[in-house]
Amino acid sequence: MTRIRLVASVVLLALATSLAAPVGAPAQSAPIKIGFLAPLTGPFAQIGKDMVNGNQLYLAEIGGQVAGRKIEVLVEDDEGNPATALNKSRKLVEQDKISILTGGMLANVGYALQPYIDAQKIPTTYPVIAADDITQRKPAKWIVRTGWSTSQPMHPFADWVLKNTKYRKIAAIGMDYAFGYEIIGGFQQVFEEGGGQIVQRIWAPLNTNDFAPFLAQLRRDADAVLALFTGRLALQFVKQYEEAGLKGKLPLLGGGTITDETVLPQMGDEALGLITALHYSQALDNPANAKFSRAFEASAGKIASYYSEATYTNARWIVEAIKAVGGKAEDRDALLAALRRVDLKESARGPLKVDDFGNPIQNIYIRKVERVGGKLQNTVIATYPGVSQFWKYKPDEYMKRPLYGRDYPPCKYCQ
Amino acid sequence: MIGVGALVAAAAVAPTLPSYPLTLLTQVAIMAILAMSLDILLGYTGLPSLGHAAYFGTAAYAVGILATERQAGFLTCLVAGVLLATAAAALFGLVAIRATGTYFLMITLALGMVVWGLAFRWVSLTKGDNGIAGVPRPDLALPWSLAAPLPFFYFALVAAALAWAALGTLARSPFGLTLQGIRESETRMRALGYDVWLHKYLAFVISGGFAGFAGVLWAWYNGFVSPVDVQLVTSVETLLMVALGGPGTLAGPALGAAVIVFLKNFVSVYTKRWLLILGAVYIGVILFAPRGVLGALRAPRR
Repeated sequence: MTRIRLVASVVLLALATSLAAPVGAPAQSAPIKIGFLAPLTGPFAQIGKDMVNGNQLYLAEIGGQVAGRKIEVLVEDDEGNPATALNKSRKLVEQDKISILTGGMLANVGYALQPYIDAQKIPTTYPVIAADDITQRKPAKWIVRTGWSTSQPMHPFADWVLKNTKYRKIAAIGMDYAFGYEIIGGFQQVFEEGGGQIVQRIWAPLNTNDFAPFLAQLRRDADAVLALFTGRLALQFVKQYEEAGLKGKLPLLGGGTITDETVLPQMGDEALGLITALHYSQALDNPANAKFSRAFEASAGKIASYYSEATYTNARWIVEAIKAVGGKAEDRDALLAALRRVDLKESARGPLKVDDFGNPIQNIYIRKVERVGGKLQNTVIATYPGVSQFWKYKPDEYMKRPLYGRDYPPCKYCQ
Repeated sequence: MIGVGALVAAAAVAPTLPSYPLTLLTQVAIMAILAMSLDILLGYTGLPSLGHAAYFGTAAYAVGILATERQAGFLTCLVAGVLLATAAAALFGLVAIRATGTYFLMITLALGMVVWGLAFRWVSLTKGDNGIAGVPRPDLALPWSLAAPLPFFYFALVAAALAWAALGTLARSPFGLTLQGIRESETRMRALGYDVWLHKYLAFVISGGFAGFAGVLWAWYNGFVSPVDVQLVTSVETLLMVALGGPGTLAGPALGAAVIVFLKNFVSVYTKRWLLILGAVYIGVILFAPRGVLGALRAPRR
């Protein structure tokens, strides 16, 4: 017994000493530390890799330093799990003494970190996390979103459909979680105000293996179908939609992720003609994007997606803010203010600035899948410049309405 | 004895630690309660449950909802969380206790998925996938606010010590000995006149209640509750903590909890392949110490 006790106390002591990591005061000439969260294991590992690569690409372009100081990026795996993300943030903020926190992919990670970020007063950017309420009804003072809010592309998309097509009755099918609700809800809000009707709403579980039963339910008397899927489900849905013989009869519209560049290279002719809306397309024709997407493909060995663009532009955003405070990244209030003041005249996804709630005002692109040079791409067929997350509504009136959800807006025209 | 030593040592070194390792130690204390509660089923009664996150999560959700929507205080949250978890276990136990072995595993897994489904789909109550954020830590009217890492660590440590004492007393009581008898030979216990079903059922309910206790602390600790807390991975991880540390001892699962929490959080800093290392540790333990780390340490003295 005594031997075991001895062993146990030795182990504990060893543990304790290894934990007591040295705490150094950050000097002005020391590197600026950026904490970067991404899901590097689990189902979202590929996207996490894109995020890390996009970030590294921009920092490599500027030689890894700004305002005479080196930039040090500490990448941590959040596993796409809010509790892990919290742990890793604590490590980055309290132990590594980072100046800025960034990254994260899933909505629940975004919501979970909010109270911690505000309590620690650590300047933070969200390049990918899109959940509407992070910059709407529950804004966090210390978070600036450099990506997009979920329903932001869908408001103009509905406007475009009303003005450019004859579709007035649309059946919607989406993934059964918050991201799906906000995509479909954003579209429905503007579409129905403009005289359109969502005549059906189907929510498919995230672990759906076969879409046949859902496709059988889709109303054949609708003018078009609006679909929202991501990853594996996007590939499968588009494929099965064609196999069911629906493609010729019911034109397919979608939320941007159904054909984003993480899935598009694995699709075939079944995706041709699919029209979607997002704040980015790899096929976007501007000099900044040409430079970015070529460099990304060369360094990462795969086509750029909105995830890699997000962290690439996000890195630039952070660097601009650090420049604006003259490299004094430790002055948290000044850095936060600078992050909120960033105004990029040209970026890979077009001009960017921030609204009062911390969300970018940016171009929204209506894209159509076409085959160019043998490869599928999201050709931009229309551009809505400078779109706010609130579309044309007044922010306070917009936020009086509930968050888009499973049952909101109510499906008035569904039977 | 090891347990007491560990508790005292942890309490002694805590004030010298920076805040990040301290929050990890807090997590160890909470996970230790969860692992010990599962051990009552797995180690003492021989029932491997794959749905333990259900009770843990039910309690966490109870706290999350009550604390954010009703501004409920310490006692209300604690009592409601533990009671709801106990009630869930009492309900599920009726279904699960009929089965043994693999079938028990399957049924508890399915029941656990039911709770996960509720957390995910009952959006009006649970906020679905987004989770409930901003759960405040309770105000105990003490001079130290639990919002700071050190007081909350002591709070969790005291909770773990209480749970450990309670479960230890339970395990050594005639009831606990009967459970171990059932684990060794159910038919013999039945022949001796024990109500096997009732004993297993009570063990299931008590175990669920303590898992709920851990869930209450977890909600306060993270300030956030989401379906991730209820999902299968959480149940599996708990099972691994018990198996790694040594089922049938209470200090074992606590040790397992410590090993897993620290492996996860430290190894992943140095390599993206940390899951590989974790996997190797599991396989190593199963091959060389099938009764867990503590089981292996104790074996030669038998």
